[in-house]
Amino acid sequence: MNREELQVIGEREREKQQSYRCRILCCASTPCLSSGATAVIETFKEVIKEFDLEAEVTVTSTGCMGPCSRGPLVTVQMNGQQDVIYEHVTPELARDIALAHAAPEAKPLDRNVLPADLPFFNKQKKVVLANSGLIDPTRLESYVARDGYSALAHALREMTPTEVCEEVIRSGLRGRGGAGYPAGLKWDLVRKAPGDKKYIIANGDEGDPGAYMDRTLMESDPHRILEGMAIAGYAVGADQGFVYVRGEYPIAAKRLENAIRMAERRGLLGSRVLDSPFGFRIDIRIGAGAFVCGEETALMASIMGRRGQPWPRPPYPAQKGLWGLPTLINNVETFGNIAPIISHGADWFGAIGTEKSKGTKIFALAGTVETTGLIEVPMGISLRDIVFEIGGGIPNDRQFKAAQTGGPSGGCIPTDHLDTPVDYESLGALGSIMGSGGLVVMDDTSCMPDVAKFFMEFCMEESCGKCVPCRVGTVQLHRILEHVTDGSATLDDLDRLEELCVMMKETSLCGLGQSAPNPLLSTLKYFREEYEAHITNHTCPAGKCTMFGVPPLQLTRDLLRNTLQAKNDTEVS
Amino acid sequence: MSVVTLHINDEIVSARSDQKLLEVIREQGIEIPTLCHMDGISELGGCRLCLVEVKGSNRLLAACVTPVQEGMSVYTHSERLVNYRHITMELLLSERNHTCAVCVMNGHCELQYEAAELGVDHVRYEYMTPDLPIDASHSKFTLDHNRCILCMRCVRVCDEVEGAHTLDVMGRGTNSRIITALNRPWGDSISCTKCGKCVQVCPTGALFEKGSSVGEMEKRHAFLSWILNGRERKEWHW
Repeated sequence: MNREELQVIGEREREKQQSYRCRILCCASTPCLSSGATAVIETFKEVIKEFDLEAEVTVTSTGCMGPCSRGPLVTVQMNGQQDVIYEHVTPELARDIALAHAAPEAKPLDRNVLPADLPFFNKQKKVVLANSGLIDPTRLESYVARDGYSALAHALREMTPTEVCEEVIRSGLRGRGGAGYPAGLKWDLVRKAPGDKKYIIANGDEGDPGAYMDRTLMESDPHRILEGMAIAGYAVGADQGFVYVRGEYPIAAKRLENAIRMAERRGLLGSRVLDSPFGFRIDIRIGAGAFVCGEETALMASIMGRRGQPWPRPPYPAQKGLWGLPTLINNVETFGNIAPIISHGADWFGAIGTEKSKGTKIFALAGTVETTGLIEVPMGISLRDIVFEIGGGIPNDRQFKAAQTGGPSGGCIPTDHLDTPVDYESLGALGSIMGSGGLVVMDDTSCMPDVAKFFMEFCMEESCGKCVPCRVGTVQLHRILEHVTDGSATLDDLDRLEELCVMMKETSLCGLGQSAPNPLLSTLKYFREEYEAHITNHTCPAGKCTMFGVPPLQLTRDLLRNTLQAKNDTEVS
Repeated sequence: MSVVTLHINDEIVSARSDQKLLEVIREQGIEIPTLCHMDGISELGGCRLCLVEVKGSNRLLAACVTPVQEGMSVYTHSERLVNYRHITMELLLSERNHTCAVCVMNGHCELQYEAAELGVDHVRYEYMTPDLPIDASHSKFTLDHNRCILCMRCVRVCDEVEGAHTLDVMGRGTNSRIITALNRPWGDSISCTKCGKCVQVCPTGALFEKGSSVGEMEKRHAFLSWILNGRERKEWHW
């Protein structure tokens, strides 16, 4: 296939879409599927069949639309009218929706409609997720109709590999996996590395609790990742790519596999990409449930069929990666940014975001907010906007306490820093990290030592066991935190906690161990009084922990003392 | 082979450009503790005892895996490093049941020696005292998980020098275990050649010859370079 044929396919698909009077888009991502989207889609199909509406109405299973806690979500597009989004759609409601919109005098229902001016949508800027929720991820034509693969065609025909690398450097795109290394510089390193055989890896092994950006991207727009990888392959001179998909994401793996097969059949991947001399193949590798395999060297060990353990860097993957050959490894979200950068140019991309952090970032907004879901925001937006505007604030009249970014490698950001712009540097300065994009909001019922214990337990379970500080350090930190939360710790334990955290940060072999103390250190920094309350007063300010470790007599004495203290305080004031 | 010049503890030192930092540091007569490193087998970089400070790098680097570079300035015994080594050793001792008084390696143990060198006379962390089995099914050797520090020397020597790959590692984190013959009793293994290399390289009493009692097991490391040098010079004919 060549560029002209690609345009024809897109044109035909667009015409076909326009020929329907009413297009019903149903979200078929994991969150909506698990809340019953399959039955909804079936109902739509039945109704269309029952009333013989095949020529006028079409139903499409799409990717994620965003506000996942309101799923299953359905968007209805009518020619010449504004799109209507329905939330919490049941099969019964689906029937009503289909009939209401298919009638000649089409009028949207007045139930379960998401307001068009919802801040959840208004504050977002969709670059990577531009197609998500609008295209059918299982059909190549659907992606091509929205200018898919045009960036690859443009790069192959009009740009040299050096120019592609320079464009990515100029755009200021930084790795979206967490560390934020400039993507263009990495590409250039691999391009300059000597050797004929090089590899591209897309890291889709996202393991942070509560984060699902990569899954959604792979499920909603798989071709975008493939296109980004193919452009990267052309830029650095690689002819083989791997997508490493987490084992817990079967739908993502299935859709990617399907996408690869379609693209190969159409000549968009394979030995002659778009009738050019450039050849590029992509294979899928499925993880086996290890968090550490998200670390680049452990991931490569896993692809090579070895035990998923990191190895010391340098040499970096750009010099010695898969099977000792130069390897470019980026997060799937990073590859999702490539096609827009090539089609719209580096200057367009550079205009979004802040001075040092360009572009947008996808976050999985979770925890105690009104609307949880997947959001894409420009870098530099304040945390307050994300939590209170997009997320809609804290439900049940509770107070905001902290936002946890970056999963088990990140930290907690307290109320005082809500106005911090969300970018790599600002979050780093607060002791947290941007991470891959998990954002968990906590209200005042969360106990901070308990939160730290949860993340430490996660790191303890997921430590690979290769280096001593991480293998034993996580267990010891978890033990001390257990003592804190059951009231049997001493103030001396706090000092040891801090010392061990700093030691682990500096001496661990890979990112997992180096960042494992972050949740603990940041809560200790901003909520130290909570730790001290557990230790000296044997009370949990949030009322979460039970003081099993304290002898009953002592606990009673403490309680009496605290009550008397409180009484005195009120009398004085 | 080109020669590079670097500073180690502010002394000018020259080294071959293919050398690792650890080798150069030891050539200078500077003692630096290691547990997973072993001459003759590949590097692991796991025990983190040989960490050094390199000027200009904000991270600490493991000397055993870091190649020398022209003009680098290395510090091996700063206060921070000594403190971190101390903590690492405490963590190692707290992990399993390192009871020297009843150990076959008492007095000859590398872990014991390095702990004494670092001045670790007590452990400030809770002992984990895991309940671990002993595999005595092999006719010549015993594998005692209670003494294992997961340095993987045995795994590497079995794979790289003997070529049998009878030993490997299972599980992750602190639940990792050295396994023999795909987690079957060692005695059942058909790949084990009973060469005993794993036993000789083991730094602690985790692997020992049957019949040795408390303090009786001594290990010889010299055989490894003897074998490898002989192979390189083609002294053996088979």
